[in-house]
Amino acid sequence: MPPVTWYLYVSAALFCIGLFGMMTRRNAIALLMSIELMLNAANINLVAFSGYLTEHTLVGQVFALFVITIAAAEAAVGLAIVINVYRTVQHINADEINIMKW
Amino acid sequence: MFTYAWLVPGLPLLGTIINGIFGRFLPRKVVGTLASALVGGSFLVSVAVFIQLLGLPEEERHVTSALYTWISAGNFFAEAGILIDPLSVFMMLVVSGVGFFIHVYSTGYMGHDEGYSRYFTYLNLFAASMLILVMANNFLLLFVGWELVGICSYLLISFWYSRPSAVAAGKKAFITTRVGDLGFTLGVVLIFVAFGTLAYDQVFAAAGEVATGVITAITVLLFIGAIGKSAQIPLYVWLPDAMEGPTPVSALIHAATMVTAGVYLVARASPLYVHAPGVLLIVAFVGAVTALFAATIALVNNDIKRVLAYSTISQIGLMFLGVGVGAFAAGLFHLLTHAFFKALLFLGAGSVMHALAGETDIRNMGGLRGKMQVTYWTFLVAGLAIAGIAPLSGFFSKDEILAAALTAPGGHWLLYALGLAASLLTAFYIFRLFFKAFHGEPRMSAERLERAHESPPSMTVPLVVLAIGAAVAGFVGVPGFLAPEAGWTHAVAHFLEPGLAREPLVEAELPPAIGVMLMLIALAVGIAGIAAAWHFYVRRPGTAARLAQRAPAVYNTLLNKYWVDEAYNALFVRPGKALAAFFWRGIDAAVVDGFVNGVARAVAGLSLLVRRTETGYLRNYALAIFAGAVVLVGYLISTR
Amino acid sequence: MRIPVDPSDWLILIPEFILLGTAIAILMIDAFAKAASDRSSPWISLAGTAGAIVAAVFLWGNPLSGFGGMIVNDDFGVLVSTAILTGTALAVLISVDYVRREELPAGEYYALILLSTIGMLLMVSSANLIMIFLSLEVLSIALYVLTGFARMRPRSQEAGMKYFLLGSFSAAILVYGVALIYGATGTVDLQSIADELISPGVLGNPVLLAGAGLVLVGLGFKVAAVPFQMWTPDVYEGAPSTVAAFMSIGSKAAAFAALVRVLIFAMGGLRPEWLAAVWVIAALTMTVGNLVAIAQDNIKRMLAYSSIAHAGYILVAVAAANRLGLQSIPFYLIAYAFMNLGAWAVVTAVTRKGEEAVGLSDYSGLFWSHPVLAGSMGLFMFALAGIPPTAGFTAKIYVFMAAVAADMIGLLIIAIVTTIISAYFYLRVTVIMFMERPAEPPVVTVPTPLAVAIAVAAAGTIWLFLFPGVTQSFTDTVARLL
Repeated sequence: MPPVTWYLYVSAALFCIGLFGMMTRRNAIALLMSIELMLNAANINLVAFSGYLTEHTLVGQVFALFVITIAAAEAAVGLAIVINVYRTVQHINADEINIMKW
Repeated sequence: MFTYAWLVPGLPLLGTIINGIFGRFLPRKVVGTLASALVGGSFLVSVAVFIQLLGLPEEERHVTSALYTWISAGNFFAEAGILIDPLSVFMMLVVSGVGFFIHVYSTGYMGHDEGYSRYFTYLNLFAASMLILVMANNFLLLFVGWELVGICSYLLISFWYSRPSAVAAGKKAFITTRVGDLGFTLGVVLIFVAFGTLAYDQVFAAAGEVATGVITAITVLLFIGAIGKSAQIPLYVWLPDAMEGPTPVSALIHAATMVTAGVYLVARASPLYVHAPGVLLIVAFVGAVTALFAATIALVNNDIKRVLAYSTISQIGLMFLGVGVGAFAAGLFHLLTHAFFKALLFLGAGSVMHALAGETDIRNMGGLRGKMQVTYWTFLVAGLAIAGIAPLSGFFSKDEILAAALTAPGGHWLLYALGLAASLLTAFYIFRLFFKAFHGEPRMSAERLERAHESPPSMTVPLVVLAIGAAVAGFVGVPGFLAPEAGWTHAVAHFLEPGLAREPLVEAELPPAIGVMLMLIALAVGIAGIAAAWHFYVRRPGTAARLAQRAPAVYNTLLNKYWVDEAYNALFVRPGKALAAFFWRGIDAAVVDGFVNGVARAVAGLSLLVRRTETGYLRNYALAIFAGAVVLVGYLISTR
Repeated sequence: MRIPVDPSDWLILIPEFILLGTAIAILMIDAFAKAASDRSSPWISLAGTAGAIVAAVFLWGNPLSGFGGMIVNDDFGVLVSTAILTGTALAVLISVDYVRREELPAGEYYALILLSTIGMLLMVSSANLIMIFLSLEVLSIALYVLTGFARMRPRSQEAGMKYFLLGSFSAAILVYGVALIYGATGTVDLQSIADELISPGVLGNPVLLAGAGLVLVGLGFKVAAVPFQMWTPDVYEGAPSTVAAFMSIGSKAAAFAALVRVLIFAMGGLRPEWLAAVWVIAALTMTVGNLVAIAQDNIKRMLAYSSIAHAGYILVAVAAANRLGLQSIPFYLIAYAFMNLGAWAVVTAVTRKGEEAVGLSDYSGLFWSHPVLAGSMGLFMFALAGIPPTAGFTAKIYVFMAAVAADMIGLLIIAIVTTIISAYFYLRVTVIMFMERPAEPPVVTVPTPLAVAIAVAAAGTIWLFLFPGVTQSFTDTVARLL
């Protein structure tokens, strides 16, 4: 079995990709996908730690299941919100949706 | 009953709330009746508390009950509690009792006024504030009551706010007493600094352990507050102007609330004052000089209410004289009798004005005796009482103060002489007023004379009740030496003394011979004053005018009230305004405004600048969160 | 992993179950009797909320913990829950006519409010990082929908999208932080984390510190702490006023309860490390919130910045992390529930259909046409500014005392200075309402439920000033938790 740090590197990389996407993407759906990447990075961590650190319990894995469930719910709500925006302005470019500022 | 003592200020406060919110929608009868009934209820509770207190052995007549703890955080501890002891019960009875009759009287007097519900809202609040003031068990709550009283007086003096003079008078009262309040506030702060607490019990218990200099400073500062509230030299100028308010308000301010607060304060803080005999001497002299000074102004003034106002200043001066020489009980006794006869005088004056369509100038009165029998006779009783004619109430209390001024350890013959002279003048000016208003030829227009009438029962009944009080109230304080074998004791002093300073400065009993002699002197002075007034204004009506002509300087000085208002104007108001203008234009506009505006502009500019960070771009927000997270995590890891 | 569940454990969740039952009932009625639902759902949800309050109070003074220690019920939690439920009840009251006016689907609206409240209550009683995350999502997802609930209004859409994306983003950061804490300590149970922190090896672990930092970011987002606050003004402005009112209390209170449990109960041992960070965040939050509020002309945005600023004051109490601080947090939240919802209620009354009339100028001379309404607004502004005789004053006094007790004089000075700055924009509203006298003062209608809400809020604001003893009774419980 590879050492736990390997998993951590993968997860950190995934998290950073998500963060990077959040900073650079304009499309609202892409932003949503970036967030999903970050959640999955956390999932990898949880499962890895669960396997390596606490052998008797499955806390991390159960937590990961919960996170996946929540992510699904979030995606559903998020897509609905984005579609609603799209119906009004005919695009989902986050940079152009800024009536409210200051 | 003690557990219900909070009802005493609570009931009038309830009236304030009800009338304040719903007064506009209620019929006048309900508003007035409710307000009066609630104050009456608080009087009944006071009486019940009084009776229960009497039932206790003397040394246990000191009950504090914490109503609620407002904040108890760390070592800061603020609780509102009430103190039931002879002094506070005494004041509760005076305030709620006299206050009740003034409320009843007001239902008639203000009957046609537009601001009827507003008036009773304020009046109830006034009574409640004063009751809070006298029932507090700590200086903080006392301070709250003190300030509330100030606000109420301001509201009521400028009650007819469409009159510029009323507004000016209200402002004057507020600003003048504010000067005193500054002293009071500093005194309270100093008490907290010196004692670490504001509760009476703890402060008074530790009074002996604090350095004399600190005690002196505290007592002086508190006395400055008392001077302001009780209208003594040099802060008395607001009281005569306060006549701009409705007459019952004047009665309330003069007899039951407000001006007596200063006397109460000195009496309440008597355990502190006995540690500062020098300050007590100042109190006595300020009182004595004020008594005489104000009486001289009252000699020539022609406005019926202003004469009474100066009379109040003078009488409060006598009370301060009493407490100043250490005769705290005597001062408070005079406060009690004064409450009766001064309320009566004011309500009588109000009755006269009511009859004469608001006329206040006694030069336009006269010959009202036949028109208003009740007012006439009750006014006479009040006049005799204030002049110190035995056996009416004023006689006993005034005599006691004068006797103490001469014979008490803290007394001085000069104090006695000043007090005696003030008594002489008092008898004179009050009967000058009386004769000019009720005797002689009517000097008002025929039409007015025609319409002059006795006031309605809601006004005359309080007059009669107060007259009975003014007549007999003195008997609760008959000196013991008059009939020791009959077991007469000075009930008031006996009742009050346990609540006052533990070591009374006054010798308990005078030798009967000296006591009787002093009484006779006081009585003779009173009669002399009345006789002189009778000679001047009834027997030879021109005498006064001739006298005024012969000594125009004196007359004008008195008529212009020693030009004190003008002097204050020149000394304080105008330079103050000039200074204010200077500060405004020179310093404020240029420097302070420049600074404040600069700060304000800087803040506003900064505000606009920071606002720009809120770009509306979602990704910028995410960037801020990301940057914040990086800095936060970086910092936390760096702490390792 | 086996979670031992005792039958009595369900007692702890009675308030949540009452709300859940009510929400489901509303949804059912909405599905099968649309017309009846429009009329009845506010009153059903009000009844449900009242039942939850009763149940919460029933749990008072009876510390329980259940579901393997995942859920706790202590007096701290009950007080914060009271603040939340008060906010919910008042928000429902002010929604009655608003929902009708804006033609929003009533059944869904109230069901979402209740579901979000369940998330908030769960968050308050969470003693486990999993529970904190789950309840955070329960409350947030409902709020995302509510924020964009006025589907036809572009501002509401935009607010919904911004809130959703940033909220999920910060939640993802929080989960990552939780994962790191789990890795460092091997547990997600707050009590076990506190026990683990005794060993020096764990204390200095950078993974743990990074995890703590990320969790702080996630919760800081919810309480609207600088620099995680930027969504607040946009979301408050765009969301329906009643939703903004609701979330300004509920999600803030719930997040603060979680913050207290994580930072103070679980990671009290790390206070030397996080103190400076929270100190700076509190200082920034108070400063930025009050400062930018000055420049606002839109009352909803102004109240949003005000809510940021108030988060800063509560953070001062969190940073103090002493007994006084813990006492002051629930008190502050309850006081804030009354005064802030009162202000939002007035805003709801003055705004017109389609969220018009939200400028400060729309309040010009309000006193002359609606003296009581303007007077209430003045009271709430005084309370928010911390001027006596209002609960806001007492709340600030408590916080300041906590700062003094913790020797945080620098932060205290910043708090006082920003309080003074804040008087400027709060009193400006009062001045606009009372001093200006336009030819035609604004005419608004105040429906009865709204009037009741305003009256309750005003009474609570004054009541808590007069009798602030509510937090004193739980001193002992707090001492046990510390």
